[in-house]
Amino acid sequence: MTVPLSYYLVLSAILFSLGVLAFVVKRNIITVFMSIELMLNAVNLSFVSFAAHWHRLSGQIFVFFVMVVAAAEAAVGLAIIIAVFRTRETLNIDRVNLLKL
Amino acid sequence: MHLGLFIAFAVICVAGAISLVAQRHPINSALSLIVVMGSLAVLYLLLGAEFVAAIQLIVYAGAIMVLFVFVIMLLNAGAEERTRGSRVAMALGVPGLIVVAGVLMYTLAGHTAAGQDQLAIGATYGPPVAIGRSLFREFLLPFEVTSILILIAIMGAVLLARYHAAPAPETRAIDPDEAGDLLQLAGTHGSAAGARERRRAEHRMREREVTR
Repeated sequence: MTVPLSYYLVLSAILFSLGVLAFVVKRNIITVFMSIELMLNAVNLSFVSFAAHWHRLSGQIFVFFVMVVAAAEAAVGLAIIIAVFRTRETLNIDRVNLLKL
Repeated sequence: MHLGLFIAFAVICVAGAISLVAQRHPINSALSLIVVMGSLAVLYLLLGAEFVAAIQLIVYAGAIMVLFVFVIMLLNAGAEERTRGSRVAMALGVPGLIVVAGVLMYTLAGHTAAGQDQLAIGATYGPPVAIGRSLFREFLLPFEVTSILILIAIMGAVLLARYHAAPAPETRAIDPDEAGDLLQLAGTHGSAAGARERRRAEHRMREREVTR
């Protein structure tokens, strides 16, 4: 019993939409950041399922690159969050309304 | 078997994602995101991508989420507060979610015919050897660019998160014989035998204070 490709794609779409919802709804800046990671994971799932479906390796290579970019983005983003928290003393994204530190 | 595993881990995955949205405390959101990533790794294994599954667990669930949890604990993040903006976002976000999910599912699933060939269980098509070969031949330039990106990210993170300390208060230099007395004070502290020695050292220091 095999799983159709569309099941994986629907799951990926659901995860991506939940990531978008969390990005819009959540007010904590770290949680907003985590919802971006959730969206990246959803995209990775569709990459891998397409790669499995077409028997191509490039999908997995792209997942590798997405993970690398996500790691770099997490490092820089969390550093920015720490810098913002140091000056603003808050993690609420509504209170961070100036680019100036 | 394959379908059952898929359904079980897909349900865990979606439950973790819903929990990420529903939880108020960021550490609970982080833990539910780890659940999502773990079950995604199992789904990758079902798809035959063992290398990606291992990387998912090591890099994502291991490194990146540890970084998140570390920052949450470092900043002592509490439960998020509700603002008026978040209520508006909730009223707009839930219908928006349904629209986005519907459009995505329609475009992704609607155009893939059901009769296409499917992957058998355990069919490995991407062993690490093949991935490594492909990574260092066809994708060599992106790989090298990625290494530069990582270098820039490391330096940027250090530069951004560095603590800009206030200038230290001015310290006055201690002259050598005073340092000796100070050391004696510290060394004889608490012992009954050194009490007399300590008193003498204290006296010397007081004298020096008067002459200064």
